[in-house]
Amino acid sequence: MDRRTTLKWMLAASAAWPAWRAVAGQAAPGAALLRPPAAPGYGPDPDLVTPHKRGEFWPLTLSAAQRQLAAVLSDLIIPADEHSPSASAVGVVDFIDEWVSAPYPTQQRDRPIVLDGFAWLDAEGARREGKGFAQLDAATQGAICDSVCDTARATPERRAAASFFALYRDLTAAAFYSSPAGRKDLGYIGNVPLTSFDGAPPELLKKLNLL
Amino acid sequence: MPFVTPKSQQPAYDVIVVGSGAAGGQTAYTLCMEGARVLMLEAGRRYTPETETPMFQTPDLAPLGGDGTPQKPFGFYDATVDGGWQVPGEPYMRTTEDHAGRFDWWRARMLGGRTNHWGRISLRNGPYDFKPRSRDGLGFDWPINYEDVAPYYDKVELLIGVYGSNEGLENTPSSPPGCLLPPPKPIVSDYLIAQRAKRLGIPAIPGHRAVLTRALDSQSNPRRLHPGNAKAQKILAAEMRSRAPCLWATPCGRGCSIRANYQSTTVHLPPALATGNLDITTDAMVYEVTLGPDGHATGVNFVDRTTGKHEHASARVVVLAASACESARILLNSRSTHFPDGLANSSGKVGRYLMDTVGSDVTGQVPLLESLPALNEDAADGHQLYTPWWLYREQLAGKLGFARGYHIEFGGGKRMPGPGTGAGLEWLTGGNYGAKFKQDVRRYYGSFVYFSGRGEMIPNENSYCEIDPSVKDKFGIPVLRFHWQWSEHERRQAAHMQRTFGEIIEAMGGKPQKIETDGARAIAPGGLIIHEVGGAIMGADPRTSVTNQWCQTWDVANLFVTDGAVFPSNADKNPTLTIMAIAWRAADHILERMRRKEL
Repeated sequence: MDRRTTLKWMLAASAAWPAWRAVAGQAAPGAALLRPPAAPGYGPDPDLVTPHKRGEFWPLTLSAAQRQLAAVLSDLIIPADEHSPSASAVGVVDFIDEWVSAPYPTQQRDRPIVLDGFAWLDAEGARREGKGFAQLDAATQGAICDSVCDTARATPERRAAASFFALYRDLTAAAFYSSPAGRKDLGYIGNVPLTSFDGAPPELLKKLNLL
Repeated sequence: MPFVTPKSQQPAYDVIVVGSGAAGGQTAYTLCMEGARVLMLEAGRRYTPETETPMFQTPDLAPLGGDGTPQKPFGFYDATVDGGWQVPGEPYMRTTEDHAGRFDWWRARMLGGRTNHWGRISLRNGPYDFKPRSRDGLGFDWPINYEDVAPYYDKVELLIGVYGSNEGLENTPSSPPGCLLPPPKPIVSDYLIAQRAKRLGIPAIPGHRAVLTRALDSQSNPRRLHPGNAKAQKILAAEMRSRAPCLWATPCGRGCSIRANYQSTTVHLPPALATGNLDITTDAMVYEVTLGPDGHATGVNFVDRTTGKHEHASARVVVLAASACESARILLNSRSTHFPDGLANSSGKVGRYLMDTVGSDVTGQVPLLESLPALNEDAADGHQLYTPWWLYREQLAGKLGFARGYHIEFGGGKRMPGPGTGAGLEWLTGGNYGAKFKQDVRRYYGSFVYFSGRGEMIPNENSYCEIDPSVKDKFGIPVLRFHWQWSEHERRQAAHMQRTFGEIIEAMGGKPQKIETDGARAIAPGGLIIHEVGGAIMGADPRTSVTNQWCQTWDVANLFVTDGAVFPSNADKNPTLTIMAIAWRAADHILERMRRKEL
């Protein structure tokens, strides 16, 4: 595999992580070629070795109410179960805040989708129960999510909300499965130095009729 | 003092090498180990993999989970410094933004260049690959054949360490005994892909990558590489002993602090520096080769990025190894009254015949690989197995509709989870969320397989670079403008890749996410595979090529180009190993000519 494939594996172990994410930073059209990147970000030569904290390179920008809604929605998407904690318990809200606050084109494209989506959820809560989404009971929250969780089945007037939900689910999953708890949930046991690599276990290969 | 500033450079050197990547590293290594005094000029900063490589850092410790941004397009932890598809203050131009005609140019501004992050795939060109025109009437033959280059493939493999096996397949050369390291063991998805591909008549054999699956033989290899040169043997043996074998974790694209894979910075430069014959100046942006009244190169002009000052360095021989397009740019910008169209350009071929690799990818999901027990499948970071081109006979008989082949890089497995792991699953999950979503992510994790076709592009008249008439970079150096066009050969090849990958995935009982049968849409835009070569092609005729078989420019006897610019064809095999072999061969020639006082 070459480095693009490596990248894809690193960033998109699932398939449909949009291709434009994997080729982020290709030259922008036309005159943009002549301009340096607009925002500072972490720069083209950041320290890769020191662990970084959310908010270190650019300020987090979500309001307390938006963060509360983010936590509620993240936990509807990834609740606690017998394998792992819920999304909000492993810092997903900070990840999402960092994401929508970032100065890069992908994130700046996502920001209004997320903020409009939050506003839509609150408006939908107000329409149904006269409350913000975070204040609704679980059944109503679930009913709203059910109406937008599948872009293929969403009604035309809910299409934008469904696109938001798909993006938000991707971001929640991105944050959760990047975390130590997410790695543990999936049973990942790599990223440790080994003195030898033994390859696939023969008993498993036999079971799969591959030997 | 090996790292020198413009002030502390020697007044003159035997050889100036512009660039420190695969070509520059190899050229300087060969020259220094055999006693030549070399000044290496690198446009980027000094870079130390031993301390700067994020080996075990996890995505949660990186901004945005390590996802790519314009400042780090291949992800936060990718080794590239001050580079990517754009370098701030150093633009390039192109004639179109369209998928079909655009060209993207990946650069790095760091010691070791792009070798720090490359995929380490190290395949030899075969005999056909040096004589493509003789075989099918298209493109250009090299002025050399496989037998001329084979001894240098041997040397490079012995020096840098390449794993692989000898399978005796057509146009897929074997290495002599002792050259290759043992291949890594395959992972589950490798076995499954190999089994099902075989049913379709498609082979899968151990890959070749520049990764140490065990320590290099520090007794035998130095003697084979530098016979009769005790000093070189001693230096190289010590360097080989200080490289640790692979620890079967961490992505190679981050670089390797234990020096288990090949980077110029960990393999070529340390022994060259240890000879005392190499001076390196970093932050030196070379823009022009200077000429004496006798028509010989006298040195180069460069901008010191730390001071902004224009400086000059002198040598008996100048070697450009700045990467194919950057070397062409330096030649085209070396204009004078005698050479109004750029230096070494009497043929008009500088910048011409740019080639990249044809690239097209397919992802599949395979139920047989779902819900497997916990496995450590970090392995050698992929490419345990690959598929060399297997349809030579059908192709020669005209049955395929395109003239050149491709190899397949494939993989799968339980890779370290990251931002993409649970994202984009809607095509499989139908949009669920909650407890069911978590179950589904567990179920699908590790069940995806990835196929990347990497194929040969035939050089054409419409793919080239030239100097933009008006735009300059922040140093005031005129920039490149790219023109790009694929031919029907490449588009059909890309469509063939898509169909083939779909068949393999279906033979595994899996589901391809999307098969693109329109070749024009299936093919990745030019430059995206980062295998750009050509721009100063070698040949047998000064009227139609820029250099001779020794990488020596026809027009200026002491000016050489040892990077991918000299490739007159771009086989499906990834170019880096061949770049190093050709550079070593050219450096040997320079040494011989210098000994004979001809340079």
